[in-house]
Amino acid sequence: MADNNPFPGENNTGHIWDDNLRELSNPPPRWWMIAFWASVIWWVVYGVLYPMWPVGQQPTQGIMGWSQMDEYKQGLDEVEAVRAEFETQIKGMTAKEILAAPGLSQYTVASAKVLFGDNCAACHGGGGQGGPGFPVLADDDWLYGGAIENIQQTITMGRKGIMTAHGKLLSDAEIDSLANAILAGNPTSDPNFAQKGCIACHGMDGKGMVVLGSANLTDGIYRFAPAEGESQLDTIKYTIKHGVNDVTEPKTREAVMPSFSGRLSEDDIKKLAVYVYKFGGGQ
Amino acid sequence: MSGKESTASKQSVVDDLYAESAHWNLNAGEETIHAKRMGGYWRKVKWLAAFSWIIFFIGPYFQWGDRQAILFDIPHRQFHILGATILPQDFWMLSLTLLFFALLLAVATALAGRVFCGFFCFQTIWTDVFTWLEENLEGKPQKRRRLDKAPLSLSKITAKTTKHLIWLLISVLTGISFVAWFYDVFDLWRDLFLLQAGSVAYGTIALFTAGTYVLAGYMREQVCFWLCPYARIQGVMIDKTTVVPSYDFHRGEPRGRLRKGQSEEERTTGDCVDCKQCIAVCPTGVDIRHGQQEGCIMCALCIDACDEVMGKIGRPKGLIRFESYEALEANKKPQPLYKRARVWVYSAIMSLALFGIAYGFTALAPLELKVIHDRQPLFVLQSDGSIQNKYTLKILNKMTTDITVTVRAEGPEGLVLVDEDLVTTARRGKVTARTVFVRVPKPMLSAETTPIVFSVQGEHDNQMLQGSRQSVFIGPKR
Repeated sequence: MADNNPFPGENNTGHIWDDNLRELSNPPPRWWMIAFWASVIWWVVYGVLYPMWPVGQQPTQGIMGWSQMDEYKQGLDEVEAVRAEFETQIKGMTAKEILAAPGLSQYTVASAKVLFGDNCAACHGGGGQGGPGFPVLADDDWLYGGAIENIQQTITMGRKGIMTAHGKLLSDAEIDSLANAILAGNPTSDPNFAQKGCIACHGMDGKGMVVLGSANLTDGIYRFAPAEGESQLDTIKYTIKHGVNDVTEPKTREAVMPSFSGRLSEDDIKKLAVYVYKFGGGQ
Repeated sequence: MSGKESTASKQSVVDDLYAESAHWNLNAGEETIHAKRMGGYWRKVKWLAAFSWIIFFIGPYFQWGDRQAILFDIPHRQFHILGATILPQDFWMLSLTLLFFALLLAVATALAGRVFCGFFCFQTIWTDVFTWLEENLEGKPQKRRRLDKAPLSLSKITAKTTKHLIWLLISVLTGISFVAWFYDVFDLWRDLFLLQAGSVAYGTIALFTAGTYVLAGYMREQVCFWLCPYARIQGVMIDKTTVVPSYDFHRGEPRGRLRKGQSEEERTTGDCVDCKQCIAVCPTGVDIRHGQQEGCIMCALCIDACDEVMGKIGRPKGLIRFESYEALEANKKPQPLYKRARVWVYSAIMSLALFGIAYGFTALAPLELKVIHDRQPLFVLQSDGSIQNKYTLKILNKMTTDITVTVRAEGPEGLVLVDEDLVTTARRGKVTARTVFVRVPKPMLSAETTPIVFSVQGEHDNQMLQGSRQSVFIGPKR
């Protein structure tokens, strides 16, 4: 082909189609070549400075000693440095003192969000709104008291209240009558309340006792919310009949708050206590 | 039509085409344009317009109170413009400002062509200054062309090095001045010398230095031809009524050289003596006698050149002048401004934008309140039978001092704002967040959602400031 090039003296490559369609070998523009060689140099310099070649077990490290992991750790250290100021203060303070310091409690609420999400939200909901069988943390109705110390103690030690199953002790009619009185918010109106011994735990006025963790039966806030298709009356009856955490009763309600002392540090628990307190129900 | 005539007319069509293509010259920057510099009226106007850019260099040094008069403080998300501080929340004013200037460009172009390109554009002005330096250091265009072609010698190196050093100095100053609008200028100079300025500052200065040096020193008119979108946009804004530098071909054609001894009465040619001075002075290498074209930035330097030549040979000035196509071609009188729809429409939009900006500045509320209703849970039943809602208030204080504010809430009857007496310090130039709880007795709620209005109030300089916002109070389903 090249021997009898019909276009002699032209910078064609000798590739000719359809008589006259030919490939020319024009040099690329100068700026393009400059950019091309600059990229090549860039690539070489980069390879020397930074980790690049996958040789053996470990890639070449680059003479700068840079690594992505180091940069990540550096970033973490920076964040820790910002937090350190608050964290050291929190270490030396009680939960109550943290609560009283506006800047610190703000930091605590912001930083304990993750702790709450990891440890508490599964049962109590992301915003402390509770769930079926799990108490609401955002209201002011506390079984064991809503003071910051109480909350801290609850998280540290856990809670397990007990209510005897009354199915064997009370007739269906009596349970019915009591449940209706409780739903009306006025348990003492039913003479059974005093006679059958409810007052022993729930108090003369039916408002519960913080020491025992017994529920306030007068405020319309229920420890056990009705499940799908159930009425509140049904759940009250069920609780009276089967009790709570009664080992002798197979159908008893289970209500256990686990202890977090082994899982979380004291500082984390303090933070969580402040966080829960700030849901709006703290007292 | 006989065969002969047909051939002849064909030939004339082809001749026309060839004549046209002869003028067609694609300026892709193969040759550096060394434009001749001549004085004149428009040259003076051009310098005056160029001087308006002085504010770019000295603007950052003006002080207002204890800070820079105009400072676009990006790290702190604050723009300081004289007495006003603009936070991101007021950024809609920037949109109006941009609208205003976009329309200003449009109206100026519609009426008088690319005046921005010719007189105010930084590309034109920096190039003008760079070539002015070139002329003063290396001499007139002829000499410069010779120097470019001359072999390397000590004198050539000295001349070129001096020029490039001065160009670089201007470029660096341009970069520093740009950064100074975003960085306290005195701190900037100190930090630059102590090598303490941030990488963003150095990077920006480097970018602007390189940009100025390359664009004004080397690329010049190529930027207007091939890089700048505004050049093309403005090109299409021009219409028949736009007043642009035009060659009066009725007067000029047929052009012909001036002959020695020929008296003006005997002359058969037009006024144009084909001296090509209009091309020689053109910074973009355009021949204006071909009519309006993409390369023309309408700097009017050809008008000066032609007027000077016309003055010398005793013919009336204005062979090249600011004239509309309509006036030139159809000899129509230009319509007065107030009869042109464009003027009215553009002016109306511009006034609206200006009005909006003015309103924005006068109504910059010093306190602004945003309310976020907590959604998890939407509401909480309290032991006293009331319903509690949780809100996060975001209080924006745009002033330069902290102020103490109290929160109020108005809504359904029986509403209680928990800790109503608690005051909050709204930090200056920042958003302060505060969580508040509102309780309403359940019987007072007639619907699932009820409107509630929050307000914050604070005193500053014996003046009561207030910000308020409506939100909703949510209760159980009814």
